[in-house]
Formats: sequence, C-alpha cells, structure tokens
Amino acid sequence: MRTIDELLHEHPFFAGLDAEALQLIAGCAANRHARTGDYLYREGEPADVFYVIRRGRVAIEADDPVAGPMVIETVDDGEVLGWSWLIPPHQWLFDARALESTSTVVFDGKCLRTKCDEDPNLGYDLMQRVAQVMYARLQAARIRLLDLYGVPGAARP
Amino acid sequence: MPPAPEAPSAEWPRGHSAFRVREFRVVDRQQDTADTVTLALAPLDGQPLAFAPGQFTMLGRVGVGEVPISISGNPDRGLLVHTIRDVGGVTHALATSDVADVLDVRGPFGQGWCVEDGYGSDVVVVAGGIGLAPLRPAVLRLLAERDRYRKVSVLYGARTPSDRLYPSEVARWRDRDVDVVEVVDQGSPEWLGRVGLVTTLVPRAHFEPGRTLALVCGPEVMMRFVTLALLDLGVPPDRIRLSMERSMKCGVGLCGHCQLRELFVCVDGPVLDYATLAPLLAIREL
Amino acid sequence: MASHAMAVLDVDGLQALLDLLRADGWTVLGPTILDGVVTHGEITSVDDFPRGVGDEQDAGHYRLRERDDDAFFGYAVGPQSWKAELFPAHELLARREPDASGVPPRLAPEARAVALFGVRSCDLHAIAIHDHVLLSRSHADVHYGARRAETLTVAVSCSDPGGTCFCASTGTGPSPTDGFDLSLTELLDDNGHRFVVRSGGPRGDHLLDRLPALPVDLDDLTADAAVTERAVSVMGRQLDLDGLRDLLYDNSDHPQWDDVATRCLSCTNCTLVCPTCFCTSVEDTADLVDGSTERWRVWDSCFTSEFSAMHGGSVRTSTRSRYRQWATHKLASWIDQFGTSGCVGCGRCITWCPAAIDLTAEVAAIRATPAAGPIDQSDPAEA
Repeated sequence: MRTIDELLHEHPFFAGLDAEALQLIAGCAANRHARTGDYLYREGEPADVFYVIRRGRVAIEADDPVAGPMVIETVDDGEVLGWSWLIPPHQWLFDARALESTSTVVFDGKCLRTKCDEDPNLGYDLMQRVAQVMYARLQAARIRLLDLYGVPGAARP
Repeated sequence: MPPAPEAPSAEWPRGHSAFRVREFRVVDRQQDTADTVTLALAPLDGQPLAFAPGQFTMLGRVGVGEVPISISGNPDRGLLVHTIRDVGGVTHALATSDVADVLDVRGPFGQGWCVEDGYGSDVVVVAGGIGLAPLRPAVLRLLAERDRYRKVSVLYGARTPSDRLYPSEVARWRDRDVDVVEVVDQGSPEWLGRVGLVTTLVPRAHFEPGRTLALVCGPEVMMRFVTLALLDLGVPPDRIRLSMERSMKCGVGLCGHCQLRELFVCVDGPVLDYATLAPLLAIREL
Repeated sequence: MASHAMAVLDVDGLQALLDLLRADGWTVLGPTILDGVVTHGEITSVDDFPRGVGDEQDAGHYRLRERDDDAFFGYAVGPQSWKAELFPAHELLARREPDASGVPPRLAPEARAVALFGVRSCDLHAIAIHDHVLLSRSHADVHYGARRAETLTVAVSCSDPGGTCFCASTGTGPSPTDGFDLSLTELLDDNGHRFVVRSGGPRGDHLLDRLPALPVDLDDLTADAAVTERAVSVMGRQLDLDGLRDLLYDNSDHPQWDDVATRCLSCTNCTLVCPTCFCTSVEDTADLVDGSTERWRVWDSCFTSEFSAMHGGSVRTSTRSRYRQWATHKLASWIDQFGTSGCVGCGRCITWCPAAIDLTAEVAAIRATPAAGPIDQSDPAEA
C-alpha cells in the first residue's frame, strides 16, 4: 500500500514538485474511490475539494430536465478536476459523475489554501499548475465552440 | 523559347488521361451519418483504379458537375470507395446516388500521405470529423505491414458519437496493435467515452516525438491546433503532414483555382508537410 | 538571336507574304481596327492593317490617333492578346451523347491552321509562358496544344511603345529575339517604306525563299537597331524586378493592399486582357431536348468572389486579398511555379483598368516602404 505522496509523485499534475512539497500537501489529501455512476460532486454543493484522477473517467455534466445529463467534458486518468476551491463562492457549478470505476486522491481545499498561505513559493507553484490546466481547458472549450465539424459555412451570414 | 510542340497523338497520354472520364457503377451504398454516405464503385471497363493513400479523384455525375473527393478505400485491393458529405449541388447528387447509378471518375490525382516514410518510426494519425476518410487508406496500408512501424496511434475526434465514420472498423484496429482513442464534442446518454477536443489527446498519446510521423486531417482550424500540440511536444515540422483543401475545378494544376500562394493543392498536395505550410497558413485569406 | 535568313520586303512584298501564307493554307489573323480599338481579325490584304494609325495609352485610357505617316504597325498592343485565339474563352472539351454509357465522351480538340501576324515581343513571351504552363507540366492542356501545333508566327518589332508599356524592364521586348517564324521591323525613311525580315527557323526560311525579297544592307540594319533603341527610350512605365518575389512574399500585410482595394472594382478586366493569365473553370451543360451533355472550359478570374469558393464560402472574400493574390501570383509565385515572371510588360492591365490602377505603381509603393511600420494605434476617440 503506497503512501499518498508516492501516488502523487506519479501523477503528471505534480511532475517536478519535490518530495518535501509533496509530503506537505499530502497532508491535505485522502484516497477516494468512485464506482461507476457515483457522483463525485453535484451542482450547487459546497465546493472545497480538488480531485486528482489516478485511474478511470469522470464526466462533467449539466442536468437538463428534458435532455437529462449533458456531458460537457470528460476527465481521465492523469488529469485533475475542480478549481472551485480556489475561487469564491466555492460552489460546484456542474455535476461530476464517474463513468467507470475511478480512483482519485481528493484534497481538502481549505487545508491546501492554508498551506499555500504559509508557503507562498509552494502556493505560486500550485497556482501555475492550476492556471495551466485552466488555460488548456479554456482553449479546448473555445475551439469546440467553433463547432468545426458542423455544417460548413452554417455560421456565415 | 521552345518551338511549337507536336500535334497531340496517342503518345500524348498525359493530357488525355487527365481529362478523360472513366465510368464507375455504384455497387454499394452506406449511410454513415445524417449527411455522409460511403459509396463503393466498380469500373465499367473492369480496370481497377490504382491509387496512393491520400490521393483524390474528381468525382462527378453527368450533367451536374464534378468535385474533388478523397479516396477512402483499401489501396491494396478492392473497389473504389468514396465517403461524401452532402454540402452542395454536386455532393448532393453524389450522396443521393443509388446502387447501379453510374458516376464519372477522373484521377487519381495529388500527392499522398507516403506513410512508408514512417517505417521504423512511431506513427500518429489525427483525424477530425470527415477527416478520417482520406486517412483510412493510409491506416489500411500501414496495417498491411504493421510490423514495419513502431507504436501506432489513431486519435479521432467527431462531433457526436453517431457522427463517427466507420465505427466498427475503427474499433477493430485496436486488435491490430493500434492505440485508437476517440473523443466527441458532444456526448450522448449512452456514450461512456471521452468528451472533449481531439487536440487534448495528442499529449496523452504514446509516441516518441523525435521518431514520429504525424498524419493530420480535418477542418483547417483543427489541423492548426493539432499541429501546435505536436510541435509543442517536439515533433519536427517536416514530419507533420496535413491534407489541405482548396477549390478545385480541374484537379491537375491547370485551372488555377486551388493555389495556395505558389503551391497547387491538387498537384503539390493535397498532402503537404508543415515545414512547407507554416508561412502560408499564417497569412489570412491567402 | 536566331541565325537564319534575313531579307527586306517592300509593301508589295508584305502583300506577297500575306498571299503566300494564305496559299499555304494558313488563316491569317492580325491587327485590324474594330470598335475603336486595334484588335485581331482575319487579314487578307495589307489594307486590313491599321495603316497610318497610332494609339495613346495611359492608365484607364486608350485612344486611336492619326499618324502623320503610313506605318502599318505604328501602335502598341490593343486589348486583345493572342490568348483569345490559342486559349479561347469558351472551349468545348468533350461531348457525350445520350444513352452513351460505356462509351467515353469524345474529346474535342479542333484547330484551324492560323498564322498569327504582327505578334509583339511581349506577346511572344506570353505565348512561350503559356506553352510552359499549359503543355510542359505534369498534365497538359490538349486543346491548347492542338491549337498551338497549328500555329505560325510572324512577329513585329515595336516602333511605338505605348504609355503603359514596360517590356524593356521585364526583359521581354521591344524587339523579338526568338520564338517566331518570321520577324519584321517596319522602316519608313528616305530609303523607302520597307520591312527588315528575319527568319526564326526552317519554316521562316522556306517562306522567305518564295518571296520577292531584297537583300539587307547596312543602312537597313542601322535603321532597324535605331527603331529598337528609340522604342526602349520611350517606354511609358517601368517595373523593378530586383528581389520582387521576396518583396511581395514578405509584404502580404502591407497597407498598400488596403489602399488599392479602395480603388479596385474586382471587375476582372485585367485578367481578361492579360496575355499570361490562364485560370479557367469547367462548366457542364445538359441539353434538355436531346439529352446530350457537354463539358466546356471557360475563362475564370481570381478577382471573382466565387473563385476560391468551397462549401461554406470563399477563402478570399475581400477585394484586398484578391488584388494581392493576382499581383503576387503574377510577379512572385509565378517564378516559383514556372521559372519566370508571369508579367511580360505589355501594359494592358494598366490601360484597361477602369479605375486606372497601375500595377507598376502599386509595386513601387510597396517597395518604397517595405514591411511598413506599425499602424497608428492611438484611440481616435481620445484624440
């Protein structure tokens, strides 16, 4: 049975973070497993955690009364989920549902924020990593908005 | 200045073969998606059409017109296969053709993928939407000699799960030691696969950037972003190949329509490497 | 320079040349006046030529004028180039009869034997360019080839270049150097109205052998050289070719393109009159009565909004991008594609532009301020 910081060490999100820093933040984390269909979080719930997906797949969804759950994006092993812990009012805007058996490490947001306050260098490093993930997700979302595979020229007047 | 050339004769096969039409009969028709159809065509004269993966024909219907359509079949055997998206007058006439209808074919034309340049390398195939259609012959050619390539990945992005082309065949590629990863822009209730953008699959794919041949096909914006992702990982620009598309009337470099500055997409392409394309793609309305 | 026979013909000899060509089976096409311009028509007699006629050409301006002499060829080129004969605006490519499945459509290259008479050096170079573009690449245009194979050329050395001519700077004139069967220089001086005739090859030699030709003397040669020298000195325009390809490639965002776009009407006149433009489209027509179908090759122009259209729209929607495409192709990309410039300095695009746009001036403007500095980025609302 490996320790959390050993698990984190393997995860791409923390690549390059030294063992000491990993141990520090591991103190805010716990293992969590989700079975197929389990919700990691739901829209409207208080959001103060941050998930690191080790294995499996999670769908970020919005639920429509008629259409049912609409998947915005899926998040796979090696990726991370959730930044509402950074941004008030710390509330989930979407549902997150496991599409298959999913192993995660879940971080307590308040604990992480405290550690960042105490060690600003660590804080800055973590913020850069989060910013990179947000940047990539935003780029991807923007390109998907172009609906490139849609009917060509449909958007033109 | 050269003297006036000789009169055309049987020894002028170049000019004649480019404009001579061959007739093919539709022998099979599959509705792939709401607006896309795959036709299998057999030559009336019995001569199979030999082609290189990545080439196209000028496919037409008598009295309606012709358009450039990539060849999607197996280059090493079988019928002429074309996957056609119904987006205009001519493609509508083609897409609504039935078994036994006769279509006109000129070609094949253009520079293909030359997937053999990936011998001994990893190969990454990235397809967006109908972009899988011109790439399918390259994958089939590669599968015919699977052991001459190292790691092979096919990354395929489509709009929705039901918009994917050749879904069961693509799934079977996994049995041939090909890492197939699919992603859609919009899921569906039954879809348990990835939802997202195909470019995000690139960093996750297994290949050694310094020893990789990348083949990319899809909408031009998508190809630019996929290329950026590949370049970011260190794939050299001359090892990234894109299939370009421009307006074509003749398919043989004579009508002038398909020019991309000094390149004729029908003759110098449609497959072109990014080292050649980079300065051209940066100029708006080129 | 072709080193074949040389001789002198007088005016009667010129008529004899026309008669001989026709007797040999050639339809002679040459300069003649129609609708107020010098264009190409069938020539049976020297009286068909625009004798005593000159022209005034400038940007967006063309007028014929009366000369004070009897010269047959005392003008520059008119709107029509030989493209209209060798590469017509409408060419039937193939015709298919109804219910003819399995029978390949009949390809229809048909050509008449044509003697192109009075071809200027710029147009000779243009024909050579078309020979390369249309016949010597991976695929050939058989219809152009068929017409071209049935062509004989009698060139004329320019004595009166127009206000829009610049063949001297493009290295394509004013004196024909090769690519002709015969080349004439018209002389009108104290020694009489005559033509110095050079043969360009065996076919030209064979013609000269059967004409009442007079020997060439030193005065003739001196006068001949003087015609060319004078023509060079009165060229209306000039184009600096130095580094032009890189200049245009490097300045795809130059503000001059925006400037010319405010004047250009995208009327396509320039591409119609340009002797080297070769863009075409293909049109399929169906006869509703007898069920036959035909495929036609028709002239097209990169200035039209549909030229670059694919499903969903065109790549070049702005006039700016289309003017840039034409100028860059003609003067830069052409070099990479075909090994020479696409421009022969004939000046037609300048003369026949209704907006009086001058290609040489546009290029000069870009050359004057290459890779122009940053556009003023201050907010006009805060000025």
